Amino acid sequence: MGIEGNYILPSQNLELVEGWGMSSDAVAYVFRPSTLQGIRDVFEIARTSGRSIAFRGAGRSYGDAALNSENVVLDLTRFSRILDWNPDTGIIRVESGVTIRQLWEYILPDGWWPPVVPGTMFPTLGGCASMNIHGKNNFRVGPIGDHITEFEILLPTGELRRCSRQENPDLFYAAIGGFGMLGCFITLTIRMKKVYSGLMEVEPINTPSLDAMIRIFEERMERADYLVGWIDGVASGKNLGRGVIHEANYLKPGDDPNPAQTLRLDYQQLPDTILGLLPKSILWRFMRPFVNNAGVRFVNLAKFLSSRILDRGGKKFRQSHAAFAFLLDYVPNWKRSYGVGGLIQYQSFIPEAHAAGAFKEQLTLAQRAGFPPYLAVFKRHRRDDFLMTHGVDGYSLALDFRITKKNRRAIWALAAKLDQVVLNAGGRFYFAKDSTLSAPSVKQYLGESAVRKFRKLKEACDPDGILETNLYRRLFQSPEAADAEPVEHAR
Amino acid sequence: MSLPWKHAIVVGASSGIGEALARRLAKDGCRVAMVARRKDSLDRLADELNSAAGSTIAFTAAHDVANRGEVPFLFQELAKELGGLDAIFYAAGVMPTVAVDEYNTEKDAMMMEVNTIGAMAWLNQAAVRFERTKRGTIVGISSIAGDRGRRGSPAYGTSKAALNAFLESLRNRLARFGVKVVTIKPGFIDTEMTQGLPGLFWLISADRAAELIIAAARAGRNVAYIPGRWRIVGMVVRAIPSFLFRRLSI
Repeated sequence: MGIEGNYILPSQNLELVEGWGMSSDAVAYVFRPSTLQGIRDVFEIARTSGRSIAFRGAGRSYGDAALNSENVVLDLTRFSRILDWNPDTGIIRVESGVTIRQLWEYILPDGWWPPVVPGTMFPTLGGCASMNIHGKNNFRVGPIGDHITEFEILLPTGELRRCSRQENPDLFYAAIGGFGMLGCFITLTIRMKKVYSGLMEVEPINTPSLDAMIRIFEERMERADYLVGWIDGVASGKNLGRGVIHEANYLKPGDDPNPAQTLRLDYQQLPDTILGLLPKSILWRFMRPFVNNAGVRFVNLAKFLSSRILDRGGKKFRQSHAAFAFLLDYVPNWKRSYGVGGLIQYQSFIPEAHAAGAFKEQLTLAQRAGFPPYLAVFKRHRRDDFLMTHGVDGYSLALDFRITKKNRRAIWALAAKLDQVVLNAGGRFYFAKDSTLSAPSVKQYLGESAVRKFRKLKEACDPDGILETNLYRRLFQSPEAADAEPVEHAR
Repeated sequence: MSLPWKHAIVVGASSGIGEALARRLAKDGCRVAMVARRKDSLDRLADELNSAAGSTIAFTAAHDVANRGEVPFLFQELAKELGGLDAIFYAAGVMPTVAVDEYNTEKDAMMMEVNTIGAMAWLNQAAVRFERTKRGTIVGISSIAGDRGRRGSPAYGTSKAALNAFLESLRNRLARFGVKVVTIKPGFIDTEMTQGLPGLFWLISADRAAELIIAAARAGRNVAYIPGRWRIVGMVVRAIPSFLFRRLSI
């Protein structure tokens, strides 16, 4: 190893960076620029020191999509100004570090809501665009990429390129969902959704089986704005896939007697306490004793039965947008209830015709392996035009698995079996959630031509290959890495 | 048994305890970066370890620990090559022959450079990293010779006594961050350093020493005598009053 012309990275930038699920982490040199020039400077630092760069927003990807072991992580959370907002047209232009929370809090008082939000309000819009996130309304409005009208992207070559459906369309359709491997989103222009109230009308529907759940989704998807299903991942036999659907719809003009009030931010804020007493910040500690097979069985049964009793007869209620949309933010730090090993989320997307069979098989495989998912969420999707898309005309099932030192290997083995079910059914995967995929599976679901096209674009945008993440290396760089065992970290 | 570390640096890995540590770490599945002056020896060892593993798990860096200006860059580069760093073992050490009536400042300085200052240069890098990332294990191979000032080799004992104090200070600094700092005090180990020394007893192989060192580090011991029976010797030696100790020919 030579040491001539060396460049020593500042040790004060060294940090332990975690995937959101806490089951993977990496030590990296983290830089947090707040200007375009600052971002360019980090590119230069990476070049000079011979390191690769990964972009990181709020770090809400579950696995290793925003990790870059021993290399540079460019954290965009300080690059977060709202640049332009037109409350007449609903078009907003933001820097890529602006979060979903900043966005909705800025526009809601003017009667607008983001057309697509994930289950948490903390991701940055750059991260959302990189992963082309979807919401509970994907079947209706598509992923966030369908609402981005234009963006500027800084390529590793130093070129700042503007992209839209008309201008550089190849890059437009590849960078959205391109998991940060083609360039750094600088600004994004997004079209918002007009709303006439700060409330949604929500209807819970108890469903005794997965077949019943799918039937109701199919019946309602033509008219519903949002549909999401909670599945009791522990229930088996004739109860396999039972759960509760929540349908939500925007209120029409005139439905809300006092929209000026409900559109106010203080009306939207999630409460800090349970029953006005217990701070929610400590609630995860009380959840911890239940995050095991027996505890989850008990909680799920209680949840399902209470829904069966309380949700009879199509009883509807009104709920704020934030309360309905950001379920994952109800209990701060709930992931800590999974213990130090954290969790992974296994989410797969299966075409409608095979969804019921494939998801039943997945649930059965997980239960037989002794790892019933502790949370299972079901959604309806549609196809989209993005190159690396996870979208299908079908359904997704997201399964949360607790990771411990002991079960890690077995969970990865289970995930490989679940992958096979997805691939056999012509399904797809989602990099924002992934921790376990292998390179051959990715190639199979994306198709060789999409992978080739993506690689070609990457060569053009990033000729020196300086954009990398742990996920990219695992899934796209070497066959050796693709077959590697999961990385266990010393704790 | 699998190791708690996946990536380790061994400084002083071309022979003796360092080489044995590198071999054991690699054999147990740890990616290991080996640092020493003798590049040929390191490369041979790396080839052997890589062929045994069937993949590249051993990396080398030719480096004289006296050149401490090189350390920050080398440290970063090795961590990058390894893909992470969980533990560092500082095993570099010299003990030139010193006659009982010899007062050679050059030799003394060399021992301080290699045994102590070199350790500070490498372990400071590890300390900064592990403090920031709140994990990691630092293992310093000191010596039972650091327990008292002996007639035989004043500077060697001094260099190891200084290393002991340095490691204890690191331990006291880093414990609150979850970082383990282990002081290893070997007795007589069958290495190049002890070849031809008179009066050796309880001699163990470098491989056995490495096994015991790894076990002590894995257990998170603060101080470990290698092998354990030297702890009794150490206790006795430390307890001897000074007026008696100066009359002993040890």
